Amino acid sequence: MSFWRQTAALVRAQTRSETRTGEVLLVVLPFGAAALFVIPMAVGADSALLQRVGPGLFWMVVLLFGIVVTQRRTAHPSGARSDLLRMLAVDPAARFTATAVVNWALLIAFEIVVGLVMIVLYDPVLTGWAWLVLVVPLSAAGLALVGTLAGSIADGAGVRTTLVPLLVLPVAIPLLLAAAQATEGLRLGTGILRWVLLLAITDLVLAIAGVLTARPLEESDS
Amino acid sequence: MSPLAELDGVGVRRPNALILRDVSLTLAPGEAVALFGANGSGKTTLLRVLATLTAPTSGAGRVLERTLGSPSVEEVRPRIGLVGHEPALFEALTLAENLRLVARLTGSGDPAGTAAGALEAVGLAGASGRLAADCSNGMRRRSDFARLLITRPDLLLLDEAHVGLDASASDLVERLVGATLAAGGAAVIVSHERERVAALTTRRLLLDDGTLGAA
Repeated sequence: MSFWRQTAALVRAQTRSETRTGEVLLVVLPFGAAALFVIPMAVGADSALLQRVGPGLFWMVVLLFGIVVTQRRTAHPSGARSDLLRMLAVDPAARFTATAVVNWALLIAFEIVVGLVMIVLYDPVLTGWAWLVLVVPLSAAGLALVGTLAGSIADGAGVRTTLVPLLVLPVAIPLLLAAAQATEGLRLGTGILRWVLLLAITDLVLAIAGVLTARPLEESDS
Repeated sequence: MSPLAELDGVGVRRPNALILRDVSLTLAPGEAVALFGANGSGKTTLLRVLATLTAPTSGAGRVLERTLGSPSVEEVRPRIGLVGHEPALFEALTLAENLRLVARLTGSGDPAGTAAGALEAVGLAGASGRLAADCSNGMRRRSDFARLLITRPDLLLLDEAHVGLDASASDLVERLVGATLAAGGAAVIVSHERERVAALTTRRLLLDDGTLGAA
């Protein structure tokens, strides 16, 4: 069976599981939105300050809660289910890709909802909103890829809870810096193409690394 | 006819323990072997070696004409049916969805029909829409057996085959083993129910602290 058919079958199953349980979005999303809600209470009603810091706080929330999303989602199937996929000769790269794709979709949904909350609460002034059509999916893809990759590495090491954030953070920070710089550029009306390219290149490198390491990481987990 | 599996002095060592010691075993087509042994004697590890999921740390072996520990074992894994202690089901999917996933991943042209037929064969047609998480242990085991009806393995590996099964489901184990042997396959059945397994198998073996001998 082809790589893409395997990936599609796994995406379908994972999406169905996620929509049925709502485990990630229903648990994580309210806390992400609440975090954005709490900050203005601490800062006070300084609307100029809130307008300025809003996008940066948004990306900080995305980073922190994005790690939680990927950590929960990339928990590999338990022993028997993982064995089943191996016995069905599912390509480990297809498993990686499917998990990353579902993480990506969830993170985009997370970014959109939390982004709307940020716009309502902080009223940021952004020019060139159309760029967000690129920035949001690219930043979500980077977080999804790095989270999925870190999950695979941590499973092999058997120390998921502590290791995933440690692996995700160093790679996620440049991603979020690029995303934050891009939105800052939109606020100031300066060019953001280089930041978008940085996001795209980071995503590409992470995708290649994830696909290439999927098999050795799966075998090391046995 | 070449054997379906051959182990020659296979050992499996973990950091703090030697799980299997110098295990040699040949499985010929049409042969069913009962595997007995106390808890922790290495039965599950031996099944995982035969399933190609655990590579030997010493000795050598071949399963379905592929050398254990080589990348080529992946090609024959779909021809091996492993049912472990824990049912291999995705909890948030229904029984039918679980089996449709298996059917899709094995390249079935009609995943829905294949899954429905398998569930019907194991007596779970009425529960096809039930989430795996909401099923009893016996139903989950039956669903695992339904998966084997889809994959039709040449090498059947059943770990604690009769645990949690009622009489009719036990008959299902017998039918599965019978069908596999009739098609020229082989089976290894781990069970604590000696009498029940004795009727199914042609050879009885005992694993004692990782060492294989006649039961």
